[in-house]
Amino acid sequence: MYPSKFDYVRALSVDDALEKIASDEEAKFIAGGHSLVPLMKFRLATPSLLVDIGGLHDLSYIKDEGDHLAIGALTRHTEVEHSQLLQAELPMLSYVASLVGDPQVRHRGTIGGSVAHGDGASDLPAALLALDASMIAVGPSGRREIPAKEFFKGFLETALSPDELLVEIKVPKGVSSWSYKKFNRRAQDWAIVGVAAVKNGSTKVAFVNMGSSPLRSTGCEDALRSGATIEEAAERAAEGIEPPSDLNASSEFRVHLAKVLTRRALEELS
Amino acid sequence: MTQVAEQGTSVIGKKVLRREDPALLAGESKFVADLDVPGALNIFVLRSTAANARIKAIDTTAAKESKGVVAVYVAADLESEWAGPMPCAWPVTADMKNPPHYPLAKDTVRYVGDAVAVVVAEGAEEAADAAALIEVTYEELPAVVDLEEAAKDTHLVHESLGTNTSYVWELNPNPEALERAFSSAKYVVSERYIQQRLIPAAMEPRGVLAIPSPIGGDYTLYSATQVPHILKVMAALTLGIAETKLRVIAPSVGGGFGSKLNVYAEELLCLALSRRHRRPVRWVEERSEGGQATIHGRGQVQNIELAADENGKLLGVRVSLIADMGAYLQLVTPGVPLLGAFLYHGVYHVENYGFKAVGVFTNKTPTDAYRGAGRPEATYAIERAMDALARKVGVDPAEIRRRNLIQPEQFPYNSPAGLVFDSGDYPANFKVALDRLGYSKLREEQAQRRASGSRRHLGIGISFFVEMCGLAPSRVLASLNYSAGGWESATVRVLPTSKVQVVTGTAPHGQGHETSWAMIVADKLGVPLEDIEVLHSDTAIAPHGMDTYGSRSLSVGGTAVHLATERVLDKARKLAAHQLEVSEEDLEYSSGVFSVKGVPGKVMPLAGVAFEAFTAHNLPDGMEPNLEASVSWDPPNFTFPYGTHLAVVEVDEETGKVELLRYLSIDDCGNQINPLIVEGQIHGGIVQGIAQALYEEAVYDRDGNLLNPSLADYLVPSAAEMPSFELGQTVTPSPTNPLGVKGIGEAGTIASTPAIMNAIVDALSHLGVTNIEMPASPERVWRAIQDAVAS
Amino acid sequence: MKVSMKINGVEYERDVEPRRLLVHYIREDVGLTGTNVGCDTSSCGACTVLMDGKSVKSCTVLAVQAEGAEITTIEGLAEPDGTLHPLQRAFQECHGLQCGYCTPGMVMASLSLIKENPGLDERKVREGLEGNLCRCTGYHNIVKAVLQAADEMGVKA
Ligand SMILES: Cc1cc2nc3c(=O)[nH]c(=O)nc-3n(C[C@H](O)[C@H](O)[C@H](O)COP(=O)(O)OP(=O)(O)OC[C@H]3O[C@@H](n4cnc5c(N)ncnc54)[C@H](O)[C@@H]3O)c2cc1C
Ligand code: FES
Ligand code: FES
Repeated sequence: MYPSKFDYVRALSVDDALEKIASDEEAKFIAGGHSLVPLMKFRLATPSLLVDIGGLHDLSYIKDEGDHLAIGALTRHTEVEHSQLLQAELPMLSYVASLVGDPQVRHRGTIGGSVAHGDGASDLPAALLALDASMIAVGPSGRREIPAKEFFKGFLETALSPDELLVEIKVPKGVSSWSYKKFNRRAQDWAIVGVAAVKNGSTKVAFVNMGSSPLRSTGCEDALRSGATIEEAAERAAEGIEPPSDLNASSEFRVHLAKVLTRRALEELS
Repeated sequence: MTQVAEQGTSVIGKKVLRREDPALLAGESKFVADLDVPGALNIFVLRSTAANARIKAIDTTAAKESKGVVAVYVAADLESEWAGPMPCAWPVTADMKNPPHYPLAKDTVRYVGDAVAVVVAEGAEEAADAAALIEVTYEELPAVVDLEEAAKDTHLVHESLGTNTSYVWELNPNPEALERAFSSAKYVVSERYIQQRLIPAAMEPRGVLAIPSPIGGDYTLYSATQVPHILKVMAALTLGIAETKLRVIAPSVGGGFGSKLNVYAEELLCLALSRRHRRPVRWVEERSEGGQATIHGRGQVQNIELAADENGKLLGVRVSLIADMGAYLQLVTPGVPLLGAFLYHGVYHVENYGFKAVGVFTNKTPTDAYRGAGRPEATYAIERAMDALARKVGVDPAEIRRRNLIQPEQFPYNSPAGLVFDSGDYPANFKVALDRLGYSKLREEQAQRRASGSRRHLGIGISFFVEMCGLAPSRVLASLNYSAGGWESATVRVLPTSKVQVVTGTAPHGQGHETSWAMIVADKLGVPLEDIEVLHSDTAIAPHGMDTYGSRSLSVGGTAVHLATERVLDKARKLAAHQLEVSEEDLEYSSGVFSVKGVPGKVMPLAGVAFEAFTAHNLPDGMEPNLEASVSWDPPNFTFPYGTHLAVVEVDEETGKVELLRYLSIDDCGNQINPLIVEGQIHGGIVQGIAQALYEEAVYDRDGNLLNPSLADYLVPSAAEMPSFELGQTVTPSPTNPLGVKGIGEAGTIASTPAIMNAIVDALSHLGVTNIEMPASPERVWRAIQDAVAS
Repeated sequence: MKVSMKINGVEYERDVEPRRLLVHYIREDVGLTGTNVGCDTSSCGACTVLMDGKSVKSCTVLAVQAEGAEITTIEGLAEPDGTLHPLQRAFQECHGLQCGYCTPGMVMASLSLIKENPGLDERKVREGLEGNLCRCTGYHNIVKAVLQAADEMGVKA
């Protein structure tokens, strides 16, 4: 498997990255490369220029900023998994990171890459959606903060414009309980269905692989708000959601799994 | 047989560490893809994206102009290279239909993956880049995908044949008696099982490197193959190269499981192109390409019927199956169902037996032998059906088996299918297994769980298998129309410095023959293991051989080594007697030294004998120089390993997920040379069988597209999904060979699939579930429960 | 473009296309063929090497991304005199390999796992090797080998 040809430059700073990405319409950032390189090997992605942001070590950090935690976009999954700060303040994120792919993938993949890729089958985006995180991006027109709910738009589509760089992920504190259920057949695989449930004041529920992007379960959240039991709320989990069918599960089975896993997750919360 | 050398401590039966390992562990061993020769060309094979289509046009113009490209060929360009079509060595019936099959498809493509063009370029990247520029125009025809549909001939894979049926093969010694057995039976169970298609997925993809010697006119072919000897003969015939001009070498080979037991288009293409371009030609398979281009296994729709009396004792077994050949017949494609044909009554005594197989073509990758080949299918059918019978009769699955097991006093057992089972004590083996598992206790636990209303169900699965291996007595192969023999050859040579060289015709690719064969020789000759080297897998060094597959290597190849060693020892004894001026009967042999009985100090070590044989200064009259012997051993019968495999699973009723809690096996493979290797073979085999039950299936859509050729989608399980295994053994030596060995390469795979499936159905039987198709994915399990509860 | 890195302690510089995968750089440009390729979807782990001490799938890293990195491959484990690393030895003693094709990757993944995880047990080893496929051994003896080596290397619970 050989990617088709492309040019390659290393970004020396955030500004440099922005400049380089603007130089070519078909250019793409590469962080860990663990979403991009597999696609390029099959020539499903054929960027003409790669701007490597892997050397921007300043963007690799996990900080306590009072009411929220700030995670640099280039923080690798393995660092999220093993961070003592996260394990103390936001253990859910460490746990979810520990379920991504396999150790080798976690040694390379970055949280920013995972979020920017915006794959509905990815674990971290759905978890961040349930956590009401927000994404900090910088681009030619400056720095902006995008709430997770507005960030994931569709199949591999996010609110980032092609010339914007995701630099940080802000996750609010105050999670009183959480649950993450990843259902798959082999440990290394992507979730067939995943459910992230978070209690932080209200209860939020988000799904992995129930649609082309990470999704919030409005049916379940509405039901809970109006005082429904766990069973009733779980029953409404897939309301308005039409999950895909693939080799691992039909759409119908995904709906069923979503309900079962939501119920189990909610039971763990209480 | 002749006497065994008396020795203090024999290595046989010891866990001797493998000599193959250090080089593999250090990354020093060379696989085909590791070989690079200066000036080698690389090829890329462009494959059909249509399952059944006429090729309207192939435009290679742009590809030919692409950087680094030396040539681009389509079928018509290479016709002059072939002296004949690709070989199928097993015409199972006289009227079997075997359409001609060439390395590149000519006017019609017949499966997704069928080769349509080949790019020859300097570098592999350049070949791939150029292939992307080739444009093929197809006129698509309806694809034949479903087996039972294929048998109806609505659409044809090969129009010229007028049918999709390649052959019908039947074994029915006494049809009237069989009919009577069924009509007089108290119980009849009729089951239909599907053996899904599997991708063998040896971890090393295939690879080929053909090197021509332009002056001498000969060729060296390196290939990731299990069958260098068979490949040499077949490639020579197909390419019109004199057999003497072709040397085939299988370097380190990363697993095979049957997928490298073949003669492939790419091997022939590399040879032909190296002949044409007078340069070395290389090809290394991509994994997703291999999913389409390397043979698949299994692929059957099985109907099995059991007739039983009021006690559940079997009266008759009747089997009818359709087997998926794929688009073409590869090396032994049609023969695979026959390797199971004789075993559909399993370990149970029955008088009446009937079997019928229909081989049909489909627009899919050709099938061929995959670990177990025919025997996993047979074992699956009978073991699942025995559970169905137990449910019908209303007895425990263990009890129904006990009532029907072939008894020890029935051995050698003349089977209703015409085989002679060599040896066994089935009831004893079965009891050991059930006791070790704590079978009755688990049944109690299961009952308690059910009573508690738990939605995590416990299931216990039994699988008791017998297989025939040690392929094979050549005369039996003749009766099955197989085009070759089943012998194996070995040469044992004591060199002047008393080091020993063993040359074997087997072709190991993970089985550790270098270690085991050395152990056999060390045991007989009493020389240190380190002094013995084992040579193999190079037709220039080991010119005779029938290679490695069908759990044959130890029982046939190992026996050849053993017999050759005996012959060497006989000669050494004659020579020693001559030198010591005593008669042979006065000699004792121990730890590598001949000594004269009762005369302390009158000794001659083997080293001395070897040197005398080498100098030939003082040999007995008529004795040839050198201490060596060659043997070709043709076994008088198959061997019949057997064993009980037990699985304990937990099924989550809500999600359909199956968790394997325990797996225990008690195997009987006769005597064991190296238990370390035996255990390893069982472990690996078990996982491959479990994989069929729970994870793996080559899925085709209605248009004949293979949906999961990669390892991301084709679910080969990892360590995380598997438990550790509880292994035990019973030992019933085989009388078929002097080593008393049977074979263990396929046992685990043959046994484990039905153990798992029986366990899952057992877990859910109280909900009314009687069958689940494989692989038992969460969704399949969940649906089976929904369907059962609904009805 | 020029790409340099240290592999098994030796500095290499090669001129390669940006699309060169690290695994091809190691195998073809540098000529260390112990690292294998078993798939094209980053699934099998046969290509696992250590990059700055951590296991990575070298088929999923561009050589240019490894500029300046320290790479350890299977060839870099044994002592110069050929004495096997305790982990390699454990694989042999436990019969943790058959055809040996998955082995280099399996060993490198295990090494990273052992170093990062004090207190390994069977479950953790199995999960830690989720990204490495073996078709021969059924994993039983691989797990045994890793636990034995972890013990010997003094990092087991
Ligand atoms: C075998 C395998 C298994 C996997 N299994 C899982 C799994 O189970 N669950 C899961 O969630 N993920 C899984 N992944 C994906 C993994 O998590 C990826 O690492 C992650 O999705 C992408 O991170 P990266 O840094 O590698 O991104 P890259 O591949 O470098 O980039 C991905 C995309 O994001 C863009 N990008 C990257 N960083 C930025 C940035 N800072 N700003 C703007 N754009 C950016 C790139 O241009 C590219 O389009 C798996 C990957 C592999 C190879
Ligand atoms: S070759 Fe890298 S994961 Fe398979
Ligand atoms: S030892 Fe053969 S694949 Fe692991």
